[in-house]
Amino acid sequence: MGDPVKINVQNANFYYGTHQALYDVSMKVKPQFVTALIGPSGCGKSTFLRSLNRMNDLIPGARLEGKVELDGENVYGDQMDVIHLRRRVGMIFQRSNPFPMSIYDNVAYGVRVNGLAKKRFQLDEIVEKTLTAAALWEEVKDRLHRSAMSLSGGQQQRLCIARALAVEPEVLLMDEPASALDPISTAKIEELVYNLKRDYTIVVVTHNMQQAARISDETGFFLTGRLVEFNETKRIFTAPANRETEDYITGRFG
Amino acid sequence: MPDREHTSKHYEEELRRLKDKLLLMSHKAEQMISDSIRSLVDRKPVLAEEVISRDDEIDKLEIEIDNLCYEILALEQPVARDLRFIATALKIVKDIERIGDIAVNIAERAMELMNEPELKRLVDLPIMADAAQKILKESLDAFVNSDAELAEKVIFNDNVVDDLYEQIFRELLTYMLEDPRAISRAIKLIFIAKHLERVGDHSANIAEMVIFLVRGQDIRHGTRLDRGR
Repeated sequence: MGDPVKINVQNANFYYGTHQALYDVSMKVKPQFVTALIGPSGCGKSTFLRSLNRMNDLIPGARLEGKVELDGENVYGDQMDVIHLRRRVGMIFQRSNPFPMSIYDNVAYGVRVNGLAKKRFQLDEIVEKTLTAAALWEEVKDRLHRSAMSLSGGQQQRLCIARALAVEPEVLLMDEPASALDPISTAKIEELVYNLKRDYTIVVVTHNMQQAARISDETGFFLTGRLVEFNETKRIFTAPANRETEDYITGRFG
Repeated sequence: MPDREHTSKHYEEELRRLKDKLLLMSHKAEQMISDSIRSLVDRKPVLAEEVISRDDEIDKLEIEIDNLCYEILALEQPVARDLRFIATALKIVKDIERIGDIAVNIAERAMELMNEPELKRLVDLPIMADAAQKILKESLDAFVNSDAELAEKVIFNDNVVDDLYEQIFRELLTYMLEDPRAISRAIKLIFIAKHLERVGDHSANIAEMVIFLVRGQDIRHGTRLDRGR
């Protein structure tokens, strides 16, 4: 019955202290789909994204009411190991944040910390595999032990994606992954996202509506903490059901 | 329901300019059809010649509208209703241009008919012309006012024009059977009736695009509405 669901959010209300940032948001994120979240600044889309792997836990006074499930498991339940959760649900940020170490060590970091590779050759394999998946291998294979800081902005962002992929997550959360990049790097990230959805479930926040249109299967439009419309991306950008969605995506900002 | 304006005034202006050009072009096409029929009924060769000469203005507007659409697509990347508006403009501009051509064809037949004595007093043809012009005008009004209900009415009334064509065809056939000397004139009148029937078809096409523009649903080729035939 119904489509398979990777992440199921039901009636989520989110508060920063007394300030309510999300109102009664429900969304079913499908596996192997790219789901885009759009809306003006302060609409709650990033708060929503971060609530999916409990990144908001670190903010004092932040709390969520309602239900967030990953494969039917309560993300906010007492049994949930947050470290394990964040391994399953990785995150890519707007500004690439490689560690100040070599390209190789950046990718190997999470694998080592989690003890996922027993032998050196296994680690080598994981590094090559994930750098290939992140479409970076060909560009860096001859300088794996150079500093990650020597890479361009676009390469650094793909390195961060490789680093997230190395611990074999199921879901990737991306918070404006290409907003600080030039068009060529942006196109590479978009192509990468498109290819990654074969193996991962991706949720991406973007201010670039053309980008949401290009890379996503489904799109959610947020406005003042509410999920106004959640629909197929091609429907949203050709004939949205909601007038507020239409006004926003066509550039009628009131 | 009043539309909110674009935050980008330039974009808003471009869309406004496109709409104005379409209105100007459709007004000219409507006038050409009306004048071509009047030239026939009133036997005015000067008016027929004038209709023929006006086709250039329509053709020029078609090219301007196409170019404006391409510019907006490239520079503004329209989505949702704006995208449907551009798609509608690109399609109906072709229908309007064809309506201009049809007016020229009617004017040409009218000029030929004026060189010969009247076959009969024209009764049904002006009625059909009125019906065709009415749905043409309504289809364009529906576009201007984003009125999907009026567009549905146009699609339905296209059947009326089709029926009138059948009726005129049968009547002129009897003239030809009675007197072979009437054949050439009767055939020209049948051509004119056929041209008017095509005006109805183009109006229905415009109306279908208006429904797409307003509701975002494609009803062409009988996918939603029963078009009778």
